[in-house]
Amino acid sequence: MTSDVLVHARGLRKSYGSPRRPVRVLDGLDLALHRGEVLAVLGPNGAGKTTTVRILATLLRPDAGTATVAGHDVVRDAARVRGLISLTGQYAAVDEKQTGRENLAMMGRLAHLPRRVVRARVDDLLDAFDLAGAADRRVGEYSGGMRRRLDLAAGLLTRPQVMFLDEPTTGLDPRSRQTMWEVVRAVVADGTSLFLTTQYLEEADQLADRVALVVDGRVVAEGSPSDLKRRVGDARVELTFATSEEAARVGSTWPGTDAHATVPGPGPDVATSSTLRVPTDGSVGHVRDVLAAVAATGAEPERWEVREPTLDDVFLTLTGHATRARAPRDTGSTAPGAGAPADHEETAA
Amino acid sequence: MTAPSLAAPSGTTPRLPAPTPRPGRHVLADAGAMVARSLRLVRREPDELVLGLVLPVMLMILFVYVFGGAMSVGTDYVTYATPGIVLLCAGYGASNTAIAVEQDMSGGIMDRFRSMPIVASTVLVGHLVASVVKNLVTTAVVLVVALLVGFRPVATPLEWVAAVGVVAAYVVAITSVAAFVGVLVRSPAAAGGFGFFMLFLPYVSSAFVPPVTMPAWLRGFAEHQPVTSVIETIRGLLVGLGSDARPVTDLGTTAVLALAWCAGLTVVFLGGAAWAFARRRR
Ligand SMILES: Nc1ncnc2c1ncn2[C@@H]1O[C@H](COP(=O)(O)OP(=O)(O)OP(=O)(O)O)[C@@H](O)[C@H]1O
Ligand SMILES: [Mg+2]
Repeated sequence: MTSDVLVHARGLRKSYGSPRRPVRVLDGLDLALHRGEVLAVLGPNGAGKTTTVRILATLLRPDAGTATVAGHDVVRDAARVRGLISLTGQYAAVDEKQTGRENLAMMGRLAHLPRRVVRARVDDLLDAFDLAGAADRRVGEYSGGMRRRLDLAAGLLTRPQVMFLDEPTTGLDPRSRQTMWEVVRAVVADGTSLFLTTQYLEEADQLADRVALVVDGRVVAEGSPSDLKRRVGDARVELTFATSEEAARVGSTWPGTDAHATVPGPGPDVATSSTLRVPTDGSVGHVRDVLAAVAATGAEPERWEVREPTLDDVFLTLTGHATRARAPRDTGSTAPGAGAPADHEETAA
Repeated sequence: MTAPSLAAPSGTTPRLPAPTPRPGRHVLADAGAMVARSLRLVRREPDELVLGLVLPVMLMILFVYVFGGAMSVGTDYVTYATPGIVLLCAGYGASNTAIAVEQDMSGGIMDRFRSMPIVASTVLVGHLVASVVKNLVTTAVVLVVALLVGFRPVATPLEWVAAVGVVAAYVVAITSVAAFVGVLVRSPAAAGGFGFFMLFLPYVSSAFVPPVTMPAWLRGFAEHQPVTSVIETIRGLLVGLGSDARPVTDLGTTAVLALAWCAGLTVVFLGGAAWAFARRRR
C-alpha cells in the first residue's frame, strides 16, 4: 500500500506574513496520490490549494510536516523530485515576447530533449491544443484561453511521473476544456499520475479517481466522487412553485396534512424562496407519494425534478460546515425575496 | 480530436530524463537556452531599443552643443566627454537588467523554471550575456554618433580592442549589480530606481568635468569611485588623454584598477544575486 503512494504529504503547515502576525494557510494537511491515479483537490478560494501544489512541486518550503514524491523529500531532495514532476501553475508561465512555438521549444531544450524530438513534440502539442495557426505569433497577442492552452502544452513536453495542474481549465471555453480532458486522459493512460486542483466540480467528476476537499488548509473530506456524493445525502425531489408564499405554505402545512403520514422520510426544506426540496431514495413509489402529498395541500408546483447530489452539493455542504464552525454568522449567500437562506446543511443531516 | 495521439506520438514520446543526481550536469545546456531566451527578449523590447538609440544621440547633442561651448576642460569637449557618454549609456542599459530580472522573479515563468530539473539561476546568466551584447551595440551607436559630431580617437586597433574589453567588463559589473537588485526588490519601480542611480553616477566622476573643479568632499568620492578608473582607462586608450586633458602617463595602473573594480563588483554582486536567488520565494 505505502509503496503505491507516489506523492505523500503529512502534516503540512505553512503560514505567511510576519512571525508576529502569521496568517495560517496550511494547518496540518495530509494527502496521498497513488501511482496511476488522478487526485482532484477541491476547495474554496484561499483554502490553500496553490500553496500545497507549490510545496509539493519544490517551490515552497513547508513550516512543518513532510512531503515526498516517489520517496524523495521535496525539500532535501528537491533536485531529484524535479526530475520526476511537471508543474503547470495557476498563473501563466510563458514569455509574452516569445511566440508560442518559441516558448515550447525553449521548454523542450530546458528539459534536455534532443532537438529533433523537441521539434516533433512541439508540433504535436500545437496541433493538439489547436494553436498551430497562432504558433508563430507572440504570446502577448494571445487571448487568455490561448495562453492557458499554451501553458498546459508547456507542461506536457515530457512525460513525468507526476503532473501537477493547478486549475488547468480556468478560463477555457467548453470545447478547449474537453480537449484538455482528452489530453489529460491520454497522458494518464500512459502512466502519469495526476495531481489536479479545480473549481469545476464537473472536471473532478470527469477526471478524478479520488477527490480531496480542502478547507482552511486541512482536508475535510476525501474519497471517490460517488463516495462523497453519498455523504451529502440522497437524491431529492425539487418542487418549484409560482410564488414564495405558496412554497412557504406547502412547507408549513406539510407535516399537518394527512398525506404526510404516507410519505416516509424527512419533510421538505427551502432551497430557494420558491423551491422546496424533499429527500428521496429516487424510487417511483416514493416520488409518487411526495407528489401526492403536495397535491393534498392543494398547491400545484410549476416544475419539479429529481436531482441526484452533485459534487457541487458536496462542495457547498462540506465547505459550509467548515466555514460555519469558524464563523457562525457567515453563512454565505442569502436568497432574494423571502430571505430564506439556502440551507444546504440541513439537507445533509 | 488529435488529443489521444499526444501521449505516444509515433512511439517517440520522450521520457523525462532520469533524475539528475548532480543538478549541475546540464548547466551549460541550461545556460545556453537561457542566453537564447534573453537575447530574444531584448530584441523584442522596442522601448529599450529606441531608448538605446535615442539616448546616445540626445546626450551627444546635449554635451557637445549645449554644454560644450561653456566647458573648458583643456581640449575639445567632444573628445573629453565621449568616453563618459559611452559609459553613461552602457551603464544605464546594463542597469535595466534589474527590471528584466525583477519581472522574471515575480512572473509565473520562474515557477516553471524552478520546478524543472535545471539550474534555474542560469536565468541570470542569460540576462548577463544579453546585457553585454545589447550594450556593446549601444556603445557602437554612441561611437558612430560621436564620430559624426567630431570625435577623433587616436587609438591603435589593439587599443580599440582593449577599450571595448573594458567597456564589456564594466557592463558585466553593472549588470551583476543590477541582477542583484532585480532579485532583491519586489516591484518594477524599485528595479527602475537603479537605472536612475546609474544615470547619475557618471556625473560624479571624471567623465564630464575634471574632479579638481569639485568641492573637496565630492572630489574624494569622484576620484575614487569605480566609474572614474574605468572612464580614465577608456579615455586613455581612445584619445590618449587623462582627466586633466594632458597626455596620459599612468594608463597601466589605471587600467588594472578599473579591471579590479569590475572584477570585484562582478564577483560580489553576481555571487550575491545567486545567493539571493536561491533563497527568494515569491
Ligand atoms: N505569497 C503570499 N503571501 C501572503 N499570503 C499568501 C501568499 N500566497 C498565498 N497567500 C495566502 O494564502 C492563502 C491560501 O492561498 P492559496 O493560493 O494557496 O489558495 P487557493 O486554495 O489556491 O485559492 P484559489 O482557489 O483562489 O486559487 C490565501 O489566504 C492567500 O491570501
Ligand atoms: Mg490557487
